[in-house]
Amino acid sequence: MPYQHTIRGKVYLFNDLRVLLARAAPFRTGDALAGLSAETYEERVAAQITLADVPLTDFLNTAVIPYELDEVTRLIVDGHDLQAFNPISHLTVGGFRDWLLKDETDHAVLKGIEAGITPEMVAAVSKIMRNQDLIAVAKKCEVITRFRNTVGLKGHFSTRLQANHPTDDPKGILAGIIDGLFYGSGDAVIGINPASDSPAAVMKLLLLIDRLREQFEIPTQSCILSHVTTTIDLINQNAPVDLCFQSIAGTEQANNSFGVNLTLLDEAHQATLSLNRGTVGSNVMYFETGQGSALSANAHHGVDQQTCEVRAYAIARKYNPMLVNTVVGFIGPEYLYDGKQIIRAALEDHFCGKLMGLPMGVDVCYTNHAEADQDDMDNLVTLLGVAGCNFIMGIPGSDDIMLNYQSTSFHDALYVRKMLGLKPAPEFEQWLIKQGITDPSGSLMDPDPALLKKMDSLWQI
Amino acid sequence: MADLNTLHFLKGFTNARIAIGRTGTSIPVTESLDFKMAHAHARDAVYSSMDIPGLTAQLAPFNLPVIELHSMAADRAHYLQRPDLGRQLSTQSEDLLAGQITGFDVVICIADGLSALAIHENIAGLLDLLIPKLVHANFSLAPICLIQQGRVAIADGIAEQLQAKLSIVFIGERPGLSAADSLGAYLTYGPKRGLTDDSRNCVSNIRAAGLAHEPAASKIFYLIQEAFQRKLSGVLLKDNEGLLR
Repeated sequence: MPYQHTIRGKVYLFNDLRVLLARAAPFRTGDALAGLSAETYEERVAAQITLADVPLTDFLNTAVIPYELDEVTRLIVDGHDLQAFNPISHLTVGGFRDWLLKDETDHAVLKGIEAGITPEMVAAVSKIMRNQDLIAVAKKCEVITRFRNTVGLKGHFSTRLQANHPTDDPKGILAGIIDGLFYGSGDAVIGINPASDSPAAVMKLLLLIDRLREQFEIPTQSCILSHVTTTIDLINQNAPVDLCFQSIAGTEQANNSFGVNLTLLDEAHQATLSLNRGTVGSNVMYFETGQGSALSANAHHGVDQQTCEVRAYAIARKYNPMLVNTVVGFIGPEYLYDGKQIIRAALEDHFCGKLMGLPMGVDVCYTNHAEADQDDMDNLVTLLGVAGCNFIMGIPGSDDIMLNYQSTSFHDALYVRKMLGLKPAPEFEQWLIKQGITDPSGSLMDPDPALLKKMDSLWQI
Repeated sequence: MADLNTLHFLKGFTNARIAIGRTGTSIPVTESLDFKMAHAHARDAVYSSMDIPGLTAQLAPFNLPVIELHSMAADRAHYLQRPDLGRQLSTQSEDLLAGQITGFDVVICIADGLSALAIHENIAGLLDLLIPKLVHANFSLAPICLIQQGRVAIADGIAEQLQAKLSIVFIGERPGLSAADSLGAYLTYGPKRGLTDDSRNCVSNIRAAGLAHEPAASKIFYLIQEAFQRKLSGVLLKDNEGLLR
C-alpha cells in the first residue's frame, strides 16, 4: 500500500511500508550503500511524518519480506499475540511513541505488550524517536535472566569478560581472564571468541574456564563463541557448555550465510538445555547481532539495516536467551560511518531489543577505518549506563588483539558502575567481596598475592 | 596508583593490554597515551596515500611497464563509504587499459586498500623475492598495475582487460592497533568481473614482524604454481595450503 505526504506543494510518495521505513531511517552509510536512504533531509523528515500517521494495525497486514519467502517473517507473523497487542491496537506509530513515553506506561505495562509488538512496529517507532526518547523508554524496561547468577536487575551493570588471543593460546587467555577478574569483570559471562572453530581447540578452552570456575566457585557462566554446529558436537562429547552462542540476522537468507536456520537453533537450544548446568535459571542462549549483517550478505530484500536488525530480535526472543549482544561498530564505516552513527545505532538496538523483552548488551566498539575513537565510546558507554543496558564487554585495555578492533575495557565498566552507582550481578558481587577483590562497598582492592597463588595449579595446562 | 607488580607476570603470556594498573578506576596516563598513539598510527595508515613516483622508482629494476590506475572512488571518504566503487575502475583507467597489449600468465596489481603504508613497507622486498621465481618458471608477466583507492576485486576487471590467466593483488590490510603495515595478497585464477572471495586464495599479515617476506613469497609462488596446475583458485585450492605450514 502506498503512503504519501505533501510538504510545501511537493508530494512525497512511498510505495510501501518497506520503502517508507527505509526513507524514515536516520542517515547511516549502510542504507545509502543499499540505495535505500532518503535523498534529502526534507524527504527523510517527510517520511518520518508519514510514518508517524501509519496505524500499528497496518504492520499486521503487511510483511516487509513475504511470508512465503522467509522463515523469520513466518516466525513473526505466526508468533504474534493479538491479545497482548490489544492495548495499543488503536494507536498510530506516532501515538505509540507518545504512549511509550507516558509516565503511566511503566515496566509492567510494557511487559504486557511484549508479545503483541512486531519487530517492524518497534523499528518504526524507533525511527521517529530522538536519542533521549530511546534512552528514556529503554530505562523503563527490566529484562532479567538467570543461569548461575542474575543479570539485568535494576541498579546492576554486568560485563562479558572477553580475553581473546590470536592463536587461542590457553595460557594467554587464562592470563587475560585472571586480569579481568581482578577488575571485577565477567559477571555476564566469561566469553571467548576462538580464532579457530576446531572442536578440539574449543574443548580445550571450555575445560580451562570450567576448571577455573569450579575451583573458585565463581557464580558466572562461560561461553566459547564457536558456530552452533561445533557447540552441538561438543555437547554430544559431554563438553562443559554453559551458554550456546550464535550470530543471527534478520532474514532467512542472511542466516543461511551464517550457516544457521530456526531448526538448527531449536536443536542447539534443546541440546544445551539438556545439560541442565544452570543453578539459578535456565537461560542458555547467547546471541550476537549487528546492523548491516543482512546487507553484507546481500540478503536484505530492500529492507533498511535497522529494521533487519530488529527482525533478528524476533529470533532471539524465541529462545529466552541469557544474553543478546549487538556488536554495533564492528562491521565498519560502509554501514555505520562515524561515532554519531554508531551511537545512534547502539541506542536504537538497545531500545528495540529491550522493548521486545531481550536482555540487551552492547559491544561498544569501532574499527580503525571508522571515524570514531575512544572518546565516542566513552560517550556511548555513559549513555548506555543511563539507559539501563544489561552488559558491555570487558577487554584488556579496550584492545582486542584477536579480532583487531577496539571495545570497552575493564576500567570502562568500573567507570560506569562508579559514576551511576551500579553494581555487578548480586551473586558475583558477593563473590568479589568474599575473594577480597572488592571491599564490601564495592570499591576495588589491590590485587591479593595470596589469591593469585591459589591459581598456580591452573597454569598446568 | 595501585600496585602493578602482583599481576605483572601475566604479561608474559599474551600481548593483550593486561596488568596495566589503575588510577582510581581509570587507566594510568602512560598506558592511556600509548593506546592513543597506536590508534594514531592506525588512523594515519588508513589515510596514507601511495607515493606513486617513489613506488615507480622502486619497481624500475623489474623491467616491467608500470600502469597507474584509479578506482571509481574519488577520495578516501568516498572509498570508505562505497566499497562497490573501490572495486571498479574509473572510466579513464578503463580507457588506459584498453590501449594495452594483452595476453599474459600473471598480472601483478598493487592497491592501497586500507593502508598505503603496508605497500611502502613491504612491496619492494616481497617482489624482489617473488618476481625472479615467476620469471624463472617462465610465467609471462603483464605490466604492473598501481591502483589508488582500490579494493581486492578491482583486479578482476584489470585482468579481464589485459587477458591475464591469473591475477595477484597486493593490498594494505585494515590496520590494527598492533600493526598498521600489514600486507595481504589475494590470487585469483581465471579472474573476471563479478567473482567473490571464495574464488580467491589469501596470504595475509605479510610484514617484518608477521609473515616475513621470504616465507610469504614462497607461499604465494607455491599457490600460483598449484593454481596453474589445477586451473583453479579459492576454496578448492585451500586443502593443499597446509603443506607449506
